Amino acid sequence: MTEQLLQTTVGQAVWVTLKLASTTTLILMMAGLPLAWKLANMKSRARPVIEALVGLPMVLPPTVLGFYLLVAFSPQNLPGKLWLDMTGSTLAFSFTGLVVASVIYSLPFVVQPLQRAFEQLDKGLLESAATLGAGPLDQFISIVLPQSLRAVLLAACLGFAHTVGEFGVVLMIGGNLPGETQVLSIALFEAVETQDFTSAHTMAAGLLLFALILLVSLYSLERKEHR
Amino acid sequence: MKILSVIKGLAGLALGAVISVQASADVLKIAVSANFHSALKELVTPFEKQTGDKVAISVGSTGALYNQISHGAPFDLFLAADKRRPQMLVDAGKALDKPVTYAYGRLAYWKPGAGKVAYQTIKAEKGRIAIANPRTAPYGLAAQQVLEHMGLLDTKKHQLVQGNNIAQTWQFVKTGNVPSGFVALSQLRADNVTGDYLVLKEDLYDRIEQQAVIPKSAPNSRLAQKFLEYLEGEAQQKQIQDAGYYPGVHPTGHK
Repeated sequence: MTEQLLQTTVGQAVWVTLKLASTTTLILMMAGLPLAWKLANMKSRARPVIEALVGLPMVLPPTVLGFYLLVAFSPQNLPGKLWLDMTGSTLAFSFTGLVVASVIYSLPFVVQPLQRAFEQLDKGLLESAATLGAGPLDQFISIVLPQSLRAVLLAACLGFAHTVGEFGVVLMIGGNLPGETQVLSIALFEAVETQDFTSAHTMAAGLLLFALILLVSLYSLERKEHR
Repeated sequence: MKILSVIKGLAGLALGAVISVQASADVLKIAVSANFHSALKELVTPFEKQTGDKVAISVGSTGALYNQISHGAPFDLFLAADKRRPQMLVDAGKALDKPVTYAYGRLAYWKPGAGKVAYQTIKAEKGRIAIANPRTAPYGLAAQQVLEHMGLLDTKKHQLVQGNNIAQTWQFVKTGNVPSGFVALSQLRADNVTGDYLVLKEDLYDRIEQQAVIPKSAPNSRLAQKFLEYLEGEAQQKQIQDAGYYPGVHPTGHK
């Protein structure tokens, strides 16, 4: 039954989408937590510049990112050539390439809520922990993380949802490979272009429902926090 | 008081913009399939000079443009890459006239840097191969048929990378992200590519009959009719042939 479902276009697209969003979220949490913590405690003048770099994907058209990635991934250029020499395959039109793109694309949605939460942390708590001999890593794990648990959850959900909602970048560097790079938004686009409105309705309604449920859960979470 | 006059001024501006849009309604709006874009541009310039009319071109895949038109997009002329989509407009009662064949598409296999390309080159290709999406783009369907006829579809299936339309497929190969691909001969001609490609034999794929149709909803069907007649002219058909097609009117050298 499950195997049969995975054979269909929609089933495959769901699988690729979930795999991409999970992988991206995992990488983003590992990179985003230390980055947000660094930014929250940064006093250097470079801070607005780094913040701007992190925030760029929120304002740039996805086509800008897609175009630069396409150029960077090409074996005619240095980054693409290095990758090809190292791995024997090209980044464009591969799942790995999509992960690279998604991590950049969804970065602000993970880093910004984390950074905001970290900035509002009670610094006194950390100082007392420090006087009791807790190192920075210990402080982070036993005080910062438990105190910001909601923000961590929020960041992960936003990163996941934003990756599911990705379209323009994938269209430019994905190559529409079923089972590898054909995510739901692309499969939906193809269904519309081929006048297959039955599949289009299924996927569009599914994505709409998913986004709605996720946002309702996130907003209820926030309400609880304010209470 | 001051705010009121500002609002009045803005309203005047907005109204002016609306009116100017309506006044420019005698622009001929053409929706063209990606493969014919550069050929069309070459044809439009002399037409504008001759007649004094203005032409606005919108490019997309045949499938996407069909959707837009069937949902009421205000195009005057639809230059599709197949005959299926124009026929669908006819069947839905959304076409003004019978579709007209303006060109027959020709498919090529392009491998930059390969020098001489033969059928053996396709067979021996180990890297990724770019084709347009066979479900949306007629040139992609033709490419799939070529591979099928050569008995290569099963072995090459996992190497295929799909462009959303033939323009993106071209771009995949051009940027070097994919070492070779099936593109339109017209694209190679437009980019002055010499060598490195193979024009595929016509008996390997169903002919790509590219049809034009005037939608019933065309705001400017009279001008569209005029352009269509121009397109069928002998000199223009010769120009289309030079651009990498077989002429649609009185086809020669093509079954």
